[in-house]
Amino acid sequence: MSQKELQVIQAIEDDLFTFAEYDPQAAERVGYSDYSYWGSTLKIFFKNKTVIFFLVLMASLILFATIQPYLPGQKSPTKIHTDPVTGRPLQNQKPSSEFWFGTNVIGQDLWARIWSGTRTSLLIAIIVGIWEVFFGIFIGAIWGYVRQLDAFMTEAYNVINNIPTTILLMLLAYILRPSFKTMVIAMCATGWLGMARFVRNQIVIIRDREYNLASRCLGTPTTRIITKNLLPYLVSVIVMRIALSIPGTIGWEVFLTYIGLGLPIDTPSLGNLLNEGRQVMMAPNLRYQLIFPAVVLSVITISFYVLGNAFADASDPRNHY
Amino acid sequence: MLKYSIRRLLQSLVTVFIVITLVFLLMRLLPEEGYFGDGYDKLTPEQRENILRKFGLLDPWYIQLRNFYSSLLRGDLGKSIIYRPDVPVIAIIKDKAPFSIAFGLASIFVSLLFGLTMGITMARNKGRFWDKLWTAYVVFINAVPAAVYLLFIQLYLTGIKIGKKPVFPMLFSRGNPRSWILPLLSMSLGGIAGYALWMRRYMVDQLNQDYVKLARAKGLSNNQIMVRHVMRNAFVPMAQYLPSSVLLTISGSIYIESLYSIPGMGGLLVDVIQRQDNVMVQALVLIYSTLGIWGLFLGDILMAVFDPRIRLEKREGAR
Repeated sequence: MSQKELQVIQAIEDDLFTFAEYDPQAAERVGYSDYSYWGSTLKIFFKNKTVIFFLVLMASLILFATIQPYLPGQKSPTKIHTDPVTGRPLQNQKPSSEFWFGTNVIGQDLWARIWSGTRTSLLIAIIVGIWEVFFGIFIGAIWGYVRQLDAFMTEAYNVINNIPTTILLMLLAYILRPSFKTMVIAMCATGWLGMARFVRNQIVIIRDREYNLASRCLGTPTTRIITKNLLPYLVSVIVMRIALSIPGTIGWEVFLTYIGLGLPIDTPSLGNLLNEGRQVMMAPNLRYQLIFPAVVLSVITISFYVLGNAFADASDPRNHY
Repeated sequence: MLKYSIRRLLQSLVTVFIVITLVFLLMRLLPEEGYFGDGYDKLTPEQRENILRKFGLLDPWYIQLRNFYSSLLRGDLGKSIIYRPDVPVIAIIKDKAPFSIAFGLASIFVSLLFGLTMGITMARNKGRFWDKLWTAYVVFINAVPAAVYLLFIQLYLTGIKIGKKPVFPMLFSRGNPRSWILPLLSMSLGGIAGYALWMRRYMVDQLNQDYVKLARAKGLSNNQIMVRHVMRNAFVPMAQYLPSSVLLTISGSIYIESLYSIPGMGGLLVDVIQRQDNVMVQALVLIYSTLGIWGLFLGDILMAVFDPRIRLEKREGAR
């Protein structure tokens, strides 16, 4: 031992080696943490002022769309209004105090149609969205993680994915009358595919990481690995994908209406309204028929997107404190 | 890897067989009236029967199916029955596909180039000006339905004039490169937003990882960390979709091709299904499903190339 090291050792004071008094409070402080993952995620999420703004906006939009038909002085979304003097339909009326958003090409009140359409489209989007989230994540997680099932799942995905939705929709329309129900059935039948593939890809990327290998060696059951190791790791990307799935469903409905397989005209939806609006948009003074539904749709989409992004940011535990 | 690839390719043959058989049968379930379009009421029952016999639709379904497979095995996709009567399906596709493929590939290139750059810029400046600006763009593109903003692009951008001549023509024409710009732009806006959105998300998630701290502690420069570590990890999930999107460019874009009258494949499948041109439907589904299935498979391979930790084949002890 060198002279210097000896000096260092001698410099350590003896009283450092006496027993400390037992303090239960101090023991609590190190041993116990009140950290809860979802708790802190939500705390960070709600701290964001933009989030509060869009939450309030979203909530009031849904609330208003729900109670709108029960408010006084509302018109029916499907009634064709006629001029009391001439008996002619009031077509393409500009927005006025009588018709707040004007009337459409056959004289229906656009204000009532937009709220009725918002209800229909949001309801479809929420049903299909919830189905997509639960079923898609469930299938995706198993497809990604359980290798024995990989061949079968890939087969099933490829078969369902490659049968054109158009054929399914036409068959459904032939067997049942095209309606809200057939639309939801057709969209649920194929809507989960995207989510399943997405989750599966994410899981394939992390399934052989060392921490999962360690869990496997310790004999952790598959369900537990999926729910405790894999899915929590993917919360941020999955939340982002969910946030996009509701606007995506509405956009899909718009597309189906565009190719002529949407809801029947007597059921207003944002898809129907946008399509009606598209047909008259070359006339600049009728363009309001496209703009009003597009604005409502944009508000819904922007809210979901911003909320999803903020939640995804908040859900990363490395940003928690 | 080779064994795995061979297994997947063989499996894809089985899948295509199942898909095409199902589609064949589903098309036979559709109502007979559909084969006559608007002229149904004008025809006498005998005329209708003659037409159906000509299409071979009066045979029992298993005979039809057998005939279909035997001509398919001879490499014959058949002739269109309603869409363009008696024109071989291959000839129709040969006419149309090049437009869709050319536009599709160009659009993927543009989307990747701008989308990834945008996503990286956003992730590196998270919460600051560039992030907010491009987020606004991404939100806008996602929020406004494509069916709407594409119309406005065509409406307003074709109005731009230099002197008295409009810069961008309203419709596509093969010989005029200026008429290619607007369709390409319209097609890429969504792709750029998509790649930017996901690149940002994945990069932000990666930037918090411990290996980034280690790389910084090791003294790597910011650019080295970004390019060699973060970007490579962030791109893996996107790599899965790249082959599918490249292969499926052949299916075209329904909105844009109809807006600019591009004679491509966009909407062709939907159109022939609605007109019940069975032969065309079968041929197109055969092509699209083969490409789609290979796309998924190549995506898996590409993912494993970018991230060698990913093992596709089964190993000892894996579930």
